[in-house]
Order: sequence, then C-alpha cells, then structure tokens
Amino acid sequence: MQPLLSVEDLSIGFGSGDPVVRNVSFEVQPGETLALVGESGSGKTVTCRAVLRILPKIAKIHSGKIILRTSNGEQDLSAMPERRMRTVRGDRVSMIFQEPMRSLSPLHKIGNQVSEVLWLHRGQNESQAKKTVLETFERVGFPDPERAYRSYPFEMSGGMRQRAMIAMAMVAKPDLLIADEPTTALDVTTQAQVLGLMKDLQRDTGMAMILVTHDLGVVANMAEQVVVMHKGRVMESGSAEAILRAPAHPYTKQLFDAAPSVPDPVEDAQLPAQEDLILNLKSVNKTYTLRSSSPWKPETLIRACRGVDLALPRGKTLAVVGESGSGKTTAARIALGAEPPDPGGEVWFKPTPDSAPIAVHAMDRTARTAFQRDAQMVFQDPYSSLSPRMRILDAMTEPLEIHQIGNRAEQKEKAASMLRLVGLNPDMLLRFPHAFSGGQRQRLSIARAMMLDPSLIVCDEPTSALDVSVQEQILTLLEEIRDRKGLSYLFISHDLAVVARIADEVAVMRQGLVVEQAPPETLFFNPKHPYTKALIAAQPTPDIDRPINLKLVAQGAGSPDSWSEQFRFTQSVIPSLVELEPGHKVRCHV
Amino acid sequence: MDILRYSIYRFGTMLLTLLVVSVLVFAIINLPPGDYLSNQIAELRASGQSAGVAKAEFLRTEYALDRPVWQQYLIWMGFFPGPHGFSGMIQGNLGWSFEFDKPVSEIVGDSLWLTVLVNMAAIVFVYAMALPLGVIAAARSQTWIDYTSAFVGYLGLATPNFLLALILYYYGRKYLNIPIGGLMGPEFEGAPLSWEKIKSVMIHLIVPTIVIGTAGASAMMQRLRANMLDELGKPYVETAIAKGMAPSRMLSKYPLRVAFNPFVADIGNLLPSMVSGSVLVSVVMGLQTIGPTLLTALKTQDLFLSAFILMFVALLTLVGTMISDILLVMLDPRIRYEGREA
Repeated sequence: MQPLLSVEDLSIGFGSGDPVVRNVSFEVQPGETLALVGESGSGKTVTCRAVLRILPKIAKIHSGKIILRTSNGEQDLSAMPERRMRTVRGDRVSMIFQEPMRSLSPLHKIGNQVSEVLWLHRGQNESQAKKTVLETFERVGFPDPERAYRSYPFEMSGGMRQRAMIAMAMVAKPDLLIADEPTTALDVTTQAQVLGLMKDLQRDTGMAMILVTHDLGVVANMAEQVVVMHKGRVMESGSAEAILRAPAHPYTKQLFDAAPSVPDPVEDAQLPAQEDLILNLKSVNKTYTLRSSSPWKPETLIRACRGVDLALPRGKTLAVVGESGSGKTTAARIALGAEPPDPGGEVWFKPTPDSAPIAVHAMDRTARTAFQRDAQMVFQDPYSSLSPRMRILDAMTEPLEIHQIGNRAEQKEKAASMLRLVGLNPDMLLRFPHAFSGGQRQRLSIARAMMLDPSLIVCDEPTSALDVSVQEQILTLLEEIRDRKGLSYLFISHDLAVVARIADEVAVMRQGLVVEQAPPETLFFNPKHPYTKALIAAQPTPDIDRPINLKLVAQGAGSPDSWSEQFRFTQSVIPSLVELEPGHKVRCHV
Repeated sequence: MDILRYSIYRFGTMLLTLLVVSVLVFAIINLPPGDYLSNQIAELRASGQSAGVAKAEFLRTEYALDRPVWQQYLIWMGFFPGPHGFSGMIQGNLGWSFEFDKPVSEIVGDSLWLTVLVNMAAIVFVYAMALPLGVIAAARSQTWIDYTSAFVGYLGLATPNFLLALILYYYGRKYLNIPIGGLMGPEFEGAPLSWEKIKSVMIHLIVPTIVIGTAGASAMMQRLRANMLDELGKPYVETAIAKGMAPSRMLSKYPLRVAFNPFVADIGNLLPSMVSGSVLVSVVMGLQTIGPTLLTALKTQDLFLSAFILMFVALLTLVGTMISDILLVMLDPRIRYEGREA
C-alpha cells in the first residue's frame, strides 16, 4: 500500500543559522496515527507545519520532499505554488492547534468560522454549508449544535472550543489531520474526552493523523507509529508497540524515565503527624459576585471555595488538586493572605514550632511584613514571573532590599549561595532572564522564593509549563530543598501524577469543594469518589496496556448531579466530608 | 434590540455629561478676574466717558452680570428666570456678544456648519488614508512599501500645519488652479444654498482637509499598522491560513476586524483635537470656521460667546465618543456580551 504522506530527507533552517530540522524522513499510512514526540526545541512543530507550509517567514526548507498521495494524485507539497497549496490546506490536509483559547477569532461566530472551510473548498453557500456543519457539531459532541453555531468562542469552555476546532478540521473530510499538541492546554479529564473523540472520528472517517506531542502517555493511547525527535533529528522511529515496550535509543529511555506516572498501589499508607500545623485553613469560603449585564437581573454568585478545611503539618507537603475553576488557586491565595475569605473563615499560620499561631487575615502592618518573609510563592510561568529588564542579581536581592536585610555585599553573597542551592552557577548573577531556559528560570524563581529563608512555600503549578525531563528535575530539586531546609509546601496542581510523587497528603477539589482527601498512596490505591476515579483514569500513562478508561472519566468528570446517589450534590444538599478510614476523607452520604 | 437600548442609554449619559460640562465651562470662563463689561467700565472711567459707563452698567443688569456666578449660570442655561424671564440655552437663546455687539447666534451661524463640515471632511480623509495604508504597511512589513509609508507619515506628522497650508496653496494654485483662502467663493457668502455654492465649497475644502487631516492620518496609520502586526502573530490568523484562505480575504476578515477597535474608539478623540488644532490653520487659511472667533472671544472675555463655542466643541466631542461607543458595541461581541460570560 502506498503511504498517504511521505516526508523525505526534510531539512529546515531559520535564516542563516543551523538547521532546526535535519534530514527527517517518515511516512504516514492512510487511516493511521503517527505521533511526533519530542520536547520543546526538538523541531517537531516546525516539521508538522512544513507539511502545510505555514512556517514563520524566516524559516527556509533547505532540502527534502513532502509527497501527498490523495484522490487528486501525487502532489509534492514542498514544491507546490502557494496558490495551489491553498486548495490543499483545510481540504485534503487540515490542522488543529495547541491553544483553543486563541486559535479561534474572538469576533466571529463559531458557525461562521467552521462553515468557512466549506465556502472556500466546496463553493457552498451559507445554508448548504450549515447543514453539514450542524451534523459535524453533533458528531464532535456539542449538546446543542444550533446554539454552538450561533455562539462566539468566548462563550465556550476550553474543551468545547477544542471540539469546535476539531469540527473545523473535520468538516471537509480531510485525508490527513495534523494535531499540534491538541490537548496540552486542557484539563486532564477534558484531554481524555477530546482524545477519545479524535480516535472515534478517525475510526469513522478513515483519515490519517499526525499527532505532535511531548506526552508519552498520549502516544500510548493514540498512536500506531512513533517518531521520536530531539534537536531536529529523528532519534528513533517505528511502531508504537515496539517503541513503548522496548525503547532502543537512550534518549527515548530518558523520556520514559522522566514521564510522571500514577504510582503502583502500596498497601500501608502512613498518616502525616498532625500536631504541629504550620498552616491551617478553617471553614474557608469565598464567593465572588459577577456584575450582571443589566441592572434588573440578579448578580451571579460564584462560589470559588466552599467550606475548605486544610491543615499543613510542618515539614510536609499538602497538595491541592483540581481542574481549572475548581477553586484550588483561590484557596492558595487566601492561605497567603492575598485575598480575604468570606466572614467566618479563618487562616492560622505558625511560623515556628514554639510560637503562637497568628491569624493571617487579622494582622497588623508589622506582623504582615514578618508573615511575608515566612511565606513565599513559586509561580507557574517561569517566562513571565521574572522581569525581563532586571538582572538576576537585582531580581534576587529585591526581597532583601524590601525587608531591609543586610548590606549590598551580604545580599549578593546570599544570592550566590541560593543559586548554588538550586544547582546554578553564581557566575550567572549578572545575566538577564532571557539567557536562561525554562527549567533554569524555574530554578531562579525557586531561588528567589528562598532568599528570605521562608518556612512555607506555596507552589502554584510550578512544573506545568515545563518539558517532562525538566519537570522531573524541578520536582527533585523541590524535594531536596524541602528536606534540607525543613520547608513546608502547599502545592497546587492539576496533575495527579506530579502530586503523587511529592505530596504527603492530597486534597481533590471540584467546584470549590474538597471531595476527597487522603495520602497519595491511599488515594491511588483506593479512590472512593467518582471524580477522583475519573482523574486517575484520565491520566494518560506511557503504558500501552493501560489505556484511558473513558467510561470512568465520563462518569466522574461530568456534572455532580450525574454522580451516583451516595456522592451526588445539588444546589441545596451537599454531603459532608466523612472520614471513612483514618486519614481518608470522602464527601459522601454514609 | 440590545443595541437600540444601549444607544438610548448612551444618549442619556451623554446629556448628563453635557450638563456637567456646561458647569465646568461656565466656571472656567469665570475664573479669570473681571468680565467684558467690568473691563470696559474701568476703561471708560479712566478716560472719563460717563455716558458709556451708564450704557455698560445698563448692560450689566440687563444680562444679570451683577448677580452671583451660580445665578448667572442658571440664567444662562435657562433654568432660572433672568431679567426677561426664562431665556437661556435650553430655550434657544444663545446670549449676546459684547465684543461684536450682536446676538451670539448671528455671529456663529454659518461658521458652525462650516466647522462641522471641515472637520467631518478631515476625519473622512484621516480614515480613508490611514485604513488602506496601515493595513498594507503591516501586511508588507519591512519592505519598501512599509518604509515609504512610514517616511511619508512621519513627514506629515512633523510638518507644521500652517507651513503645509502655504505650500499646498502655492502649488495648488500654480498647477491645478485651486482657489486660495476661505471656504467658498466670495460671491456665495451669505447667498442661499445652490448647486454652484456647493461646488465652490467642495473645491475650497480640498486644501484645508488635507492640511488638517494629514497629521491625524499619519498617527492613525502608524497605530493601525502596530495593531495589525500584533494581531498577525496570533494563532487565529494561523488557523485561517491553515483553512486555505487567500491572504487578502484572510487579512480583511480576521486581523483587521480586531485591529479596527482602537481605530473606531479614536473618533471621539479626533474631533476636539481637530477643532482646537485647526484654530491656527483657520486663521492662516482664512477659513470661516468657529476657531478664530473662539480665539477673539476668549481674549476679550466675551462671556456668552466663548461659553457657547466651548459648549459646542464639547458637544462635538461627546457626540463623537457616543458614536464610537455604539459602533464598538456593534463591532465587538465581547463588549456586547460583557457580564454574560461565565
């Protein structure tokens, strides 16, 4: 059988620099999924964009051929004139991008943007196209296709927008779909559902797919063929079965080792000691009011946190896990005193084992300054959390200057020692942030948070913007520092696998409520709540024998009214958090 | 329906703002010590002409200038009975100009409409120039088209308007036989509206439109270019290309729509800067707009005349912002649906 797409000896360079893609060759068979795997900078995205020739202006294809064989015969995409290329784009070959939030025009209705493909390639008018588009909307799982047709992108959630993107890519029934990290920006349960949808669609239509991803778990669930790329070169390629069971190339092995995975169940989970609590949140509620569009309609209340009780023992790590909108970040902000809880909620902080606990939201100015020294934060995005105009030295010593600690020489000495602590060289102090990679920047953020010798660090998704191998290093670093300095972490994440590794206790949040709380071993071995089960089931693992269980995901990740009687909560009745066994709390009716 | 409701709401807020503006205008004019009549009385006393003094004193009571400022304001607006009952702005009485010794309405009369006309023409010119040039400069950024338009644009920004006026008049006369000065042939002044008069006004408008509009057009072109360049880097543009759209259609449907917002929002800001910026130009070019009159009125503290002109400029501005707000709501669903999200 002739391959649908052959890429032969493809090399691409930016300007006059070294090529970023070197001698890449692969083939895609009709109806098959090929995964292009690699970390950022591996050239995987440039390679897949070269197929549609939507490269940045400065990129040049140095050599190679891209042959597409469809019902229109054999076409060389790399040598095709731009005008004919347009008849291929969106028709025979279509593409889905990473960020569903930004990949749709904010000013045009979804229906308009999707139908446009048919106007362009089939010459259909609006009403002809609408019929096909509505069918496609139904197929990709919009509950009300008519409504989706009339909606604007900002009226939809990320998962729904990615469904709209998929509809746009599918509506002309292409032979090949290129998906560039289609689920990276989505929550894990949404990711599972979107991946399931893509697989179903592929089965129905028989199209081929190129899936660009950094996640071996996604590969194991989706691909038949795998191409592993590193620094512009193909490291290893072959069937998914062969590569996932027995990776041959050392780089592939390295990727495997770094991939976080759901741990194997352990029987005896220990409970963290509860006496010395560094941070204690008691019945914290937070309600936001949304201004309504007209003064006659009532305001909308958003309950970001509902009765959250969290206790963090000194020297331990408490992880709060949930999807976007679950209230985990609000809880962290309240814990740090950045926002007050609704009246009745209390946050207690105990800087040292002997001191009396202080109420975080009732502090005077001096107590607040002291608190700010003791509690620090590491942010999610290492690219935007360091000022690009400040040298590392200035960024690091700024906290000391604010708190008037030490003279210039002492501050510099401290900064140097902190850089050594996070595994960077003190020579780097005079550089600007742009000279550092993502992983190094996150090390810098950690070093900066450590400058004031805090006792508590709030980590807000510190690894979710990083490549897997770097993520692994940062987690190791955080663990090391915690044990050496006796720190306590409040760790916010959406990724159960990351949390499984670092946390002593995990609280799973959904719609502002803690639904299950337990040590990670218990949680993975014996999850009780349907939502926790869904989160665990949705986690893609690089194990080809453990595919995502979409049924479990659908049950747990759906609306809380669809949970079984025991766990269901409605507007008025919310089950309370019950301790089923020591240290294992579940929100259910007993 | 939503748009209609919003328009009514927006019109209401505009009227309220106008009321506040009227207080401010009246207060600002009264800030410098003295008024036209007290200055005149002092002058007459100094030169010993007592007959004139009596007349001025009479005018003072006639126009209620002897009363406290807040009463003067209410009388001027027509909220409070003056010496002749309710007779203020809202009743259509614009007041008396002491400097010209005529009713304000007679002085401003024609020049009001000519001001509106000149500025509208200038705004149309600004948009007609900036829109295509800005888009082309962005789409072909860092090519000779971009550099040339930027060069011409900066030249337009940097050249003083009155200088540009003189140059254009000189060469316009020399090669195209364009008339110099004024907004219509002298034979049409005060004449009833006729086809010939309109033609004369149109020809006279050419140079003033270019002179007043050039700086605004170059500034707006640069802004649109920058906005477009920002938008061109966004993922939804890539999506549109990956769909197989041709560049021209893609540009006008997607990035231009988004980049257009600040462009529309500028209508309101453009009006006042043009009216006040064109005072000097009007003097140089002999345009019968309201600018030169405003200058005289302010210099001589001619209370009612300057107050009316300032109110008129404020009205133009407020109408401009109202139009741009309503257009924005029509153009951008995100603004229209604000508060409905989530």
